[in-house]
Amino acid sequence: MSALIQEMSDKAQRLDIPLGVQLDLTYRCDERCVHCYLDHDDRGEMTTAEIKDLLEQMADAGVFFLTLSGGEIMMRSDFFEIVEHARRLSFCVRLKTNAVMIRQPEADRIQALALDSVQISVYSHRAEVHDAITRLPGSLKRTIEAVRLLVERGVKVIFANVLMRDNFADYPGVQALAAEVGAEYTIDPTITPKIDGDRSILGLNIDRVELQQIFRDPSLLGADPEEFCALPGGPPAPQDAQKMLPCSASHTFCYVSPYGDVCPCVQFPLLVGNVRTTRFLDIWKHSPQMKEVRSITLSDLPVCSSCAHGGGSCSRCPGLAYMEGNMHGPSSQDCEKSYVRTGVITAGMIIHREERSIAGMVQIRNSTERPQSSQVLVLYLERPITHQWAAAWS
Amino acid sequence: MSPVYIARTKEVAARSIGNEMMIMSARDSTLFSLNETATAIWQAADGVTPLAEIVERSVCANFEVDPATALRDAEELVEGLSRHGILKVSNLPIEETP
Repeated sequence: MSALIQEMSDKAQRLDIPLGVQLDLTYRCDERCVHCYLDHDDRGEMTTAEIKDLLEQMADAGVFFLTLSGGEIMMRSDFFEIVEHARRLSFCVRLKTNAVMIRQPEADRIQALALDSVQISVYSHRAEVHDAITRLPGSLKRTIEAVRLLVERGVKVIFANVLMRDNFADYPGVQALAAEVGAEYTIDPTITPKIDGDRSILGLNIDRVELQQIFRDPSLLGADPEEFCALPGGPPAPQDAQKMLPCSASHTFCYVSPYGDVCPCVQFPLLVGNVRTTRFLDIWKHSPQMKEVRSITLSDLPVCSSCAHGGGSCSRCPGLAYMEGNMHGPSSQDCEKSYVRTGVITAGMIIHREERSIAGMVQIRNSTERPQSSQVLVLYLERPITHQWAAAWS
Repeated sequence: MSPVYIARTKEVAARSIGNEMMIMSARDSTLFSLNETATAIWQAADGVTPLAEIVERSVCANFEVDPATALRDAEELVEGLSRHGILKVSNLPIEETP
């Protein structure tokens, strides 16, 4: 994040301004990706008029960064009418799409919209792998044709490469393809539960060895791997923990579904209101659930506040924690990442292990009890992965 | 000296955050934050009002500033913003494109 964006974000937070919103225009999609977390049926999407009115409300509320996503956004016949309206309202617009429906006329219209960027899902450079994930034959060919049309027109294209077991080995190929067509490249190594809480797709996630490879690949990190994977600095001081916020969800960012439901984030499906019944700004400012999420600092997280990773090597997602049943708890997927990244077990993993080990004894444990930080660092250090810093601690 | 006209381009995203204006250039994704004075100039950039008049009306009338200094600062601002495609600059009034 640039210093200026950080400064504006801090200012927006002080002024209670929702700086960024992801608005999903539809959950319908022309692809059927194996890892998708959505239900693709249309259960009553907002109309064109409702969305335009919402955009006006969001502009008045101060929203600047607007991500339009789905489903596949171009499944809506009014897609361009909506984006054109958003641009008239001076939003900084990013599109997330599979680009399958973008041909020359659509590319021309997108170019004319002067968008921030278009993020396009690419799973592999090989059609047999990409198309097996999207379950749409010919999808890679059409997607890459669209990418070329956009790049030729000067549109900033970003490849979003979600990694899972079936396409992990192909990420260097996707990187090379991105470079060849003139697109930027990002990866996401996390498959999240379905929006209805179904966790069956989590089995698609890459394993620890693969995750370790990601965390040590300088071409992905843009940083020194040794520095990135260095030992955690220990839990933050209590006075610091009181100021540390989990992420931007509900502070400067929120999510709106195609049905008008508002949540702190697309990965944090806690319903805080619906724009069909309440004005957007009223939800943002006055929803009790939004306020509750907003009030949480690291010191309110009984497990994570005492974790060795709490000072910086943890990227805990409160939404994933919420989907595991406790928005004040750890997110096991993020604990896993911190562990693989540094070789140091997390407080959440310790708690989980202790809960499992006592389950057979029919004991009841206070789940808010904090583990001692010294235990986290010394007693529970493990080395299932090769890592010289972890070795130094053992 | 011929008058200078300035107009906001459509290739930007912009929003007020408190008393500042946040502007993103779609041309190169550069992000700007304009202070109150610069915001006043940017908002008045209608393509038909000469820059000197904008400075007089929007800056000198509202801020404690010497007119010559204000105009010089405004010219620097305009030059910088035009380089990033945020403002159009011309010696003739700028027609609004549909």
